[in-house]
Amino acid sequence: MYAVRLWSVRHARGLNAFYRAFERGLTSLHGVFRALGYERVERPVAAVERAVKGVLFDCRMCGQCVLSSTGMSCPMNCPKTLRNGPCGGVRDDGTCEVKPNMRCVWVEAYRGSQRIPNGVHAMSRIQFAVDQRLQGRSSWLKVVRDHHAELAGKSPTASPSGGKAPTP
Amino acid sequence: MRFEDEPVPGYPLPILPGHTSPGRFERVLRAGGFAITTELAPPDSADPEDVYKRARVFDGYVDAINATDGSGANCHMSSVAVCALLTRVGYAPIMQISCRDKNRIAIQGDILGGAAMGVCNMLCLTGDGVQAGDHPQAKPVFDLDCVSLLSIARTLRDEHRFQSGRKITFAPRVFFGAAENPSALPHEWRAQRLAKKVAAGAQFIQTQYCYDLALLRGFMEQVEALGLLGKVFVLAGVGPLRSAKTAEWMRKNVPGMHVPDALVARLAGASDQAREGRNICVELIQAIREIRGISGVHIMAYRQEESVAEIVDRSAILHGRSPWYPGRDKPTFASQRTAT
Repeated sequence: MYAVRLWSVRHARGLNAFYRAFERGLTSLHGVFRALGYERVERPVAAVERAVKGVLFDCRMCGQCVLSSTGMSCPMNCPKTLRNGPCGGVRDDGTCEVKPNMRCVWVEAYRGSQRIPNGVHAMSRIQFAVDQRLQGRSSWLKVVRDHHAELAGKSPTASPSGGKAPTP
Repeated sequence: MRFEDEPVPGYPLPILPGHTSPGRFERVLRAGGFAITTELAPPDSADPEDVYKRARVFDGYVDAINATDGSGANCHMSSVAVCALLTRVGYAPIMQISCRDKNRIAIQGDILGGAAMGVCNMLCLTGDGVQAGDHPQAKPVFDLDCVSLLSIARTLRDEHRFQSGRKITFAPRVFFGAAENPSALPHEWRAQRLAKKVAAGAQFIQTQYCYDLALLRGFMEQVEALGLLGKVFVLAGVGPLRSAKTAEWMRKNVPGMHVPDALVARLAGASDQAREGRNICVELIQAIREIRGISGVHIMAYRQEESVAEIVDRSAILHGRSPWYPGRDKPTFASQRTAT
């Protein structure tokens, strides 16, 4: 919902802090996920993620969430799905070139980023092109899996260059 | 400026140390010249002569010609094809690549193909939304955005591989650029976005129309503060406004276009509005030349392309040099070709 989405950006700081704690909790559940089988928990976790993030951010389930680097404003709501900042078409009142009734996702992202510690710096990091194969999958589980794959010295589920298939 | 090894069409220049392309445009910039680029509106036609006719009006006045890629989301002859035609006779085109119509498979193919045909400069753009053009019912692609496009383009050139990791045997030798709009929100973040593009691989920048010099100056100060001046060449976008009515229409309908009220009022008060538009453009160029860090201007004169020559002349930015065009030098390029 549009109004909730704007609320989330206004509360980017709190939401980011909450997510950080949530991510730590989730990461500690790696053993449980592995015992149950990541593919088996994929659907229920993705369903919960879709519901929660759908309400808060109008999440599109790209499967490779970058909300912490975009001030809690989901870049997939940009009609051009830009992941690296606003295009040059932002209107003078801060609304979108394509959807004049919507505030530019990236103008919002910049506001949200200023509320998150180190947020503007995070927004300056280059985001690689979206891996379309991850569409609809849970990014929470991907974070946990990638974290542990990294600990084990293996490559993450999808490399930034998108060369490898997600490991099951 | 004249290079001793000026090109014979189809024969690339040697790549100088520190250069990435065999093109004249990169040479002018790296030699410290004030570069002039312009925009060719691709024809709604399959006749190559329509392209050459449009290019000839710039002969002797510009260092490179941008071939737009469905600008404003309107359908025209493709940028790749316009560039192929232009390189056949030796022009230095800047091939625009927009993310709106093609996915990464098609775009990487175009970069290789364009480079194979002698295109030395490519401009990586996000692209206007489809709603702005004549086919609003089309599917917008946007598989990449301009930053990821730049990084993929640079991977092709510098690491000799596709995004997939697969090797290519001969890398495209291209000078890559990007666009920026210093007049669009959020103003404070525009220079940082530029930094991101430079980090991703942009070597030159052409900006959207800059009618508000205060915004451009503020932007350039931030660019300097971020330490980008030695890393990227910035060409400021300018163009003649035909009338107050056009200015009003453009700022309402052209995405990201910002024209200050004072300029519109000045146009409205002039007896010959088109002439006043050109006057404003000349004044802007002269003011822009004084801004620290600006390496040239990009003159966009849509539907008044013939005014580019007058604007360049009156702005006195060529300093007596004559940018190359087919037939500039004697002997003509045809006889040079037989000689080689």
